Amino acid sequence: MSSTLRIVNGKVYDPINGVDGEIRDICIKDGKIVEDVPSDAPRIDAKGMVVMPGGVDIHCHIAGPKVNLARKLQPEDHRFDVHPRTRFTRSGSGGTVPSTFATGYRYALLGYTTAMDAAVPPMGARHTLEEFHDTPIIDKGFYIILGNNLLLYQLLKEGRYRELRDAVAWWVNATKAFTIKLVNPGGVEVWKERRNANVTNLDDKVDAFDVTPRQIIEALVNVANELGLPHPAHIHCNNLGIPGNYKITLETMRTVEGRRVHFAHIQFHCYGGEPGGKMTSKAPEIAEYINKHPEVSADVGQVMFGKATTMTGDAPLGWMLRRISGNKWVNADVEHEGGCGIVPFVYKERNYVHALQWAAGLELFLLSEDPWRLVLSTDHPNGGSFLSYPRLIRLLMDREFRNEQIRKVNQRAIRQTVLLDNLDREYTLYEIAIITRAGPAKLLGLKNKGHLGVGADADITIYTEDEDKEKMFSTPRYVIKDGKVIIKEGEFCADHEGRLLHSAPEYDREIEEVIRPFFEQYYTVQFANYPVPENYLHNHEVVPTRQS
Amino acid sequence: MTDVRVVENATCTFCGCVCDDIILTVEGDRITQAKNACTLGKAWFTEHTIEDRPVALVDGREAALQEAVEAAARILVESRFPVIYGLSDTTCEAQREAVAIADYIGANIDTTTSVCHGPSGIAFQGVGESTATLGEIKNRADLVIYWGGNPAEAHPRHFTRYSVTPKGMFVPRGRKDRTVVLVDVRRTPSARAADIFIQVKPGKDFEVLWALRALVKGRPVPSFIEEETGVPLATLQDLVERMKNCRYGVLFFGMGLTMTRGRHFNSGALLALVTDLNEYTHFVAKPVRGHGNVTGADNVLSWQTGFPFAVNFSRGFPRFNPGEFTTVDLLARGEADAALIIASDPASNFPRPAIEHLRRIPVIALDPKPTYTTDIAKVAFTTATYGINVAGTVYRMDDVPIYLRPAFPSPYPSDEEVLRAIKVRVCELLDIPLPNGKHH
Repeated sequence: MSSTLRIVNGKVYDPINGVDGEIRDICIKDGKIVEDVPSDAPRIDAKGMVVMPGGVDIHCHIAGPKVNLARKLQPEDHRFDVHPRTRFTRSGSGGTVPSTFATGYRYALLGYTTAMDAAVPPMGARHTLEEFHDTPIIDKGFYIILGNNLLLYQLLKEGRYRELRDAVAWWVNATKAFTIKLVNPGGVEVWKERRNANVTNLDDKVDAFDVTPRQIIEALVNVANELGLPHPAHIHCNNLGIPGNYKITLETMRTVEGRRVHFAHIQFHCYGGEPGGKMTSKAPEIAEYINKHPEVSADVGQVMFGKATTMTGDAPLGWMLRRISGNKWVNADVEHEGGCGIVPFVYKERNYVHALQWAAGLELFLLSEDPWRLVLSTDHPNGGSFLSYPRLIRLLMDREFRNEQIRKVNQRAIRQTVLLDNLDREYTLYEIAIITRAGPAKLLGLKNKGHLGVGADADITIYTEDEDKEKMFSTPRYVIKDGKVIIKEGEFCADHEGRLLHSAPEYDREIEEVIRPFFEQYYTVQFANYPVPENYLHNHEVVPTRQS
Repeated sequence: MTDVRVVENATCTFCGCVCDDIILTVEGDRITQAKNACTLGKAWFTEHTIEDRPVALVDGREAALQEAVEAAARILVESRFPVIYGLSDTTCEAQREAVAIADYIGANIDTTTSVCHGPSGIAFQGVGESTATLGEIKNRADLVIYWGGNPAEAHPRHFTRYSVTPKGMFVPRGRKDRTVVLVDVRRTPSARAADIFIQVKPGKDFEVLWALRALVKGRPVPSFIEEETGVPLATLQDLVERMKNCRYGVLFFGMGLTMTRGRHFNSGALLALVTDLNEYTHFVAKPVRGHGNVTGADNVLSWQTGFPFAVNFSRGFPRFNPGEFTTVDLLARGEADAALIIASDPASNFPRPAIEHLRRIPVIALDPKPTYTTDIAKVAFTTATYGINVAGTVYRMDDVPIYLRPAFPSPYPSDEEVLRAIKVRVCELLDIPLPNGKHH
């Protein structure tokens, strides 16, 4: 059965193919963009509308064990934000950590069609896949956290580099992950091992293994590149949120200089000052480093005012936020693989630190010289819900609105930044299309996403052009997923099951004989029962590795 | 000759330990050996038989599967306040179908959590929880405290597989590297495994926990605490020192805490105590869950609705309100007008007013065995047993999902298959389009 569609008269923004607001037809057949379709194919008249590829979120937290704990933790959040069933869609609940169905539908309602969960302990892969199966419309994948993995520490300590590489590849295959993630490398293990301690610099020792964060980072960045994972090692640096942390961030960047690497929610890692002292913004220094190093990419992790939920594989950070806020706290250690901290949080405009974080994120955006490599995120729901993306887009596109907002927040914080120093840049629609779809798709190595060229997945969003960019990006007129119209005039007209995106790097099977004994001795799940069987994959796609 | 097969790495779903290292010897449709299983697990596997029963009964008469599905779907569609209950002894795949039905018909859905660790779920929402997978306990815990539970009899392998005797990475000598404490209102067989047994007067757990919190924070506790709770102040002080000075402590708690006076206040006090202790050292807590997949039920409900149990869809979206939407309460008030019971036997273990109401309304029951509930059911399905006859996902008490390896097939359909068939028929009757004809 073939289905066709032609979108006519729309202003197309397709940066990967260099299309900047030209009126042209987009033709769709069987879920893909094609050159042409018969003239009697169904049409959407997009006159006065903007046509873009579906949004791609490179870093969010939407499924798996910690997300579900955060859901369970906050009935108060769901109660005020219900998500009713429609004829085509399941019901759910919202808040900063929506139920699975609500997550899929609400991403679609924003015109996003792909999202990547950025931190899943390998042991939680199965759980994540089960939730993904109940997360409709969007395509999705996840990154496994390996930065506090004890078997890898052992191999690293013993200098067994080849085996380390094969073990990483085994883990990606066993869990059906997309790429690997490092979260506070070394720190989470020290948290569990040494009465809630943490590492504070790159050469601190993780006692029992005699390895350092620097060694872990270097090894895993290299491994990810050697394996040719579609997206390189995705790093959440040490000392997140701590004044003065820009130093360790820059040092981490220099440690792996010249190698492909992605830094997550970089805003949270760009502070000056001294630990325990007053926080300042070093966003310009970080932005400058990224600008000058084409091998490096990052997502911003913008803070948005209002309710958030901090949820992180960085367990010591979770404890710090608990102490700062006094809010309820979840900690969840995962054997040999990592940890997790969850604390409900509210960012307040009048609060010095919160305003500084907000402003530092904007500085990063406005000082970035390459939108392809510094892309949009709020580290949902850590800096704020993905539902705040339209407001963030308006902050970037509309100087007057931004300045109005700047005046509303803590002015002592603003004075620590360069926001009022003639930083009057306004993002264009073309640049927005880069930081919300084309850029992330490219960084993820998703060749069929983020653009509207022939062969691309027909994931398309059509917005009504509007001066108020927040309004424009909040309510797409049409959302098309795999060639199927899902949202029409802002209403769901179909449901759809998205795909799992994962990678399958090659490795030497002999590595199982290294991993098995470790499992038999230390894990509580049988080695044979640990890898995720195929039947959890449902609709899925293996994204090819990069040729090295 | 029956052929003899061995199934390795099989999973026992009898209790929340969900041990996945069982080696089954299977002869035809009998399991003759269950190596590594505890006494409960051995009985679970080796006493399992496929009985010659009809696949379904409608009004007590034998019925074909399709006819029973039709009858069940019509009951659900025609009812105004259907309740779906049970779910802790079936797979997550079946649980997902049950929530889908609830969503489509606007039902109330609740699990056996509401009569076991429901109060811990409520306490979790209020306080949060510092917790860990069981492997962390095995490899790190040097102080292990059980409170209000009797694992020696209820979870026999908990001690040997996860928490007391195993040698671990940071506790290489196993039992010798750990201090084990049992707190309970009576000296159960579990006390033998403990270095320290602390006996609390019945109904005084909250007072003891609150006194411990005070001591941890360095606040004075009056000496009449002993008279009040049965525990000498010096014992509490000693316990506090041990808790503050261990390297990795764990507090396991059972229904002795959650289903006695104080309920979610007890669980909340315990979780708050554990949070407080993290000012001094690493400390975690863990409810010791009973049914094989009750933890899965909490997880599935949470990801699909946002709430772990006691969920009502009557307004077209999920609402949570224990007391209002918990099954015992709404049955006892005579509210539901139909019930779909999956893998649970409320007609045998609910309070009398709830059972009486259950007898008054049409009941649909899914169970591998005849039960009091299938007896009173208008529509009763015989289903295959999870873990023994059907595959699927089960969550261990520490939220770790395990995939089941069934020993041999059953002639009966799985809960998942029956529920999906009911769902599909319900959607046809209500004219709800199903995406791809499957899924949600």
